[in-house]
Amino acid sequence: MTEMLTGAQIIVQSLLKEGVDVVFGVPGGMNLPTFDALYQSPINVVLTAHEQGASHMADGYSRANNRVGVCLATSGPGATNLVTGLATAQMDSVPIIAITGQVRSYMIGNDAFQEADTVGIMRPVVKHSYLVKDVKDLARTIKEAFHIATTGRPGPVLIDVPVDISNEKTAFEYPDSVSIRGYKIRTFEEGDDAQIKAAAEAISKAKKPLLYTGGGVILSGAAKELTEFARKNKIPVTTTLLGLGGFPETDPLSVGMLGMHGFEYANYSVAECDLLIAVGARFDDRVTGKVDEFAVKSKKIHIDVDPSQIDKTVKVDYPVVGDVKNVLKKLTKLVKAPDTKDWLVEISKMRKDFPLVYKLRKKLLPQDIIQRISKATKGNAILTTGVGQHQMWAAQFYQFNHPKSMITSGGLGTMGYGLPAAIGAQFARPDSCVWDIDGDGSFQMMSMELATAAKNRLPIKIALMNNNQHGMVRQWQDLFYESRYASSVVNPLDFVKLAEAYGCVGIRVEAQDQVDAAIAKAMEINDRPTLIEFMIEKDENVWPMVAPGKPSHQMIGTYESLKDNGAVAQPRRLNSEDESDLSLS
Amino acid sequence: MTEKNTEKHTIVCLVENHFGVLARVSGLISARGFNIESLTVSKTEDETLSRMTIVVEGDAATLEQVKRQLNRLVDVVEIWELRAGEFIDRELLLARVKADDKKREDLKNVAAKFGAKISDGDDSVIVEATGNRSSLDGLLEELRPFGITKLARTGRVALERA
Repeated sequence: MTEMLTGAQIIVQSLLKEGVDVVFGVPGGMNLPTFDALYQSPINVVLTAHEQGASHMADGYSRANNRVGVCLATSGPGATNLVTGLATAQMDSVPIIAITGQVRSYMIGNDAFQEADTVGIMRPVVKHSYLVKDVKDLARTIKEAFHIATTGRPGPVLIDVPVDISNEKTAFEYPDSVSIRGYKIRTFEEGDDAQIKAAAEAISKAKKPLLYTGGGVILSGAAKELTEFARKNKIPVTTTLLGLGGFPETDPLSVGMLGMHGFEYANYSVAECDLLIAVGARFDDRVTGKVDEFAVKSKKIHIDVDPSQIDKTVKVDYPVVGDVKNVLKKLTKLVKAPDTKDWLVEISKMRKDFPLVYKLRKKLLPQDIIQRISKATKGNAILTTGVGQHQMWAAQFYQFNHPKSMITSGGLGTMGYGLPAAIGAQFARPDSCVWDIDGDGSFQMMSMELATAAKNRLPIKIALMNNNQHGMVRQWQDLFYESRYASSVVNPLDFVKLAEAYGCVGIRVEAQDQVDAAIAKAMEINDRPTLIEFMIEKDENVWPMVAPGKPSHQMIGTYESLKDNGAVAQPRRLNSEDESDLSLS
Repeated sequence: MTEKNTEKHTIVCLVENHFGVLARVSGLISARGFNIESLTVSKTEDETLSRMTIVVEGDAATLEQVKRQLNRLVDVVEIWELRAGEFIDRELLLARVKADDKKREDLKNVAAKFGAKISDGDDSVIVEATGNRSSLDGLLEELRPFGITKLARTGRVALERA
């Protein structure tokens, strides 16, 4: 006899079937039945301060391991508060499930209390969405939602459940499989053999091949396959912001991050290569700069599971539609290692001639702080960030060696993402050391989630780079708006007191010689969050930089310009052996 | 992406016959900034499927993007382009045209020439015609001197010959 369950109970049972053990959310009138059913279940329900926080926690949870983050909100304002989180997940292809309450089905369209057209509002920012109109469809809908969120190019899926559906009873049967005729992703995942063969031939013949790898490598769990492929064929690797950690930066073949604030030698390598192999990357405008002048000397291979990305912004010579893990495995078998000896020497020289540096100054320097965190954690922490200068410094000066160790909003660039993402990541990997590298501007957009972190006694560490401003905005105002600081100065705030008010540990650091001790102290505290407020130099800029609309190999704030302008600190890499000559490997 | 060879393309899209699918398709088209000339939708011989005929303007690269982006939608079951000469396309036109007794005969002649029907009225008639776009454009040219007071066209529907 199949059990008769309410819609709310079906939601809980279905989540259990999907292996969900934690959900993030806020209850309200239209999702109370779901929260009531969750209350009586083994699932850990994390009450967040704000629904946006819940969505980023689900996102951080998902990015930190291979499981699906789930967030819950009530109808109307609860649901609209999820928009930014779902858009963030959509842009970076993160599988999350959002379950929203909705007004009674017969009231939909009536401007009922706390009613919003949630499916309509979310349509452009989710991979797929459902409005459940019959309780009998609920279990199948949840099964489909998980399937769609996690397969192909992953992404967020929304399930909107009217409260009367949550209360109605039906027989519960969780389907074993899904069949969605319009969802053709299976045919893409394996990769087309003819396309792979053509790409393999091009690689075998290349003299200056360069792997340009993105978030797709992390998402498909292909870091191992990528590393094997690159090492076997001696092909250097540059990664995007979302691709950080997909290839160990300790490896001599690593050329580091490319793009607007990428390393000079990474962008120059792109300009000089004769074959650019894009792997799970999408030629984002922050990577290419002026598209017409991007990597013009090269033929291009594009490996992506999403066919709509091929030829979208850059015309490629060898498209390969397929899951990057499968494709890399097949390529490793097919490719005859090209002779890249001279090319590696050339890159090695560029690396020596154009290192990533910063000027030594008396006050606290964010680059130095991040290098010290990198050293203290041995590159084994999970980093989350907000968006802005601190995000770029984290990307530049932390040494990423493991996939899923950099959790950042790349596509949407969502300020405030760092703290809730860190909370989600810590739930996903309770034994890992999680650092939120944040800025005072970004942090304040979601700082109320300190309450969630404190209540759950999460030992996350927050390195707050406080310069009393929206630093990246200020940098652009200095560069392009004649230093008119329109609304970029933030009101001073005592972040130590703020942290303490929420029950977290607050530490203020004002001098360089206090940095290591503060980091060490934060790493000893394991029963609550620690916020370190670093009072950094206010006018420090992120260099180098590709000015908007310029080709990516024409950078400003380069090594040359900084070198002529005073003292220059040590290059970013602390492990000196990593700077060894590429050609020796 | 240097030269834009803008052409009109006819795309057929088989979609799930669910509520909200039209919004997904039209929302995607507008969000991606594609230029569409017309979009029609109706049920098919299989009532779980609807057929959309979309006329898009753009170069080959734009067309390819339209198809690939639409294909990402879970509710889009199949999508393809109709090639010139391999399909029949029709549009329905309804026009209210001024026609007093003196001109009624002339109008009937024009209608007959285009195989259009006329429903009688007092001082105006409704002209109803089906045809491909260019023939309907031709009809409109000849109706204009009479005075068109209202006009509605359905946009293109199309079917492969074989």
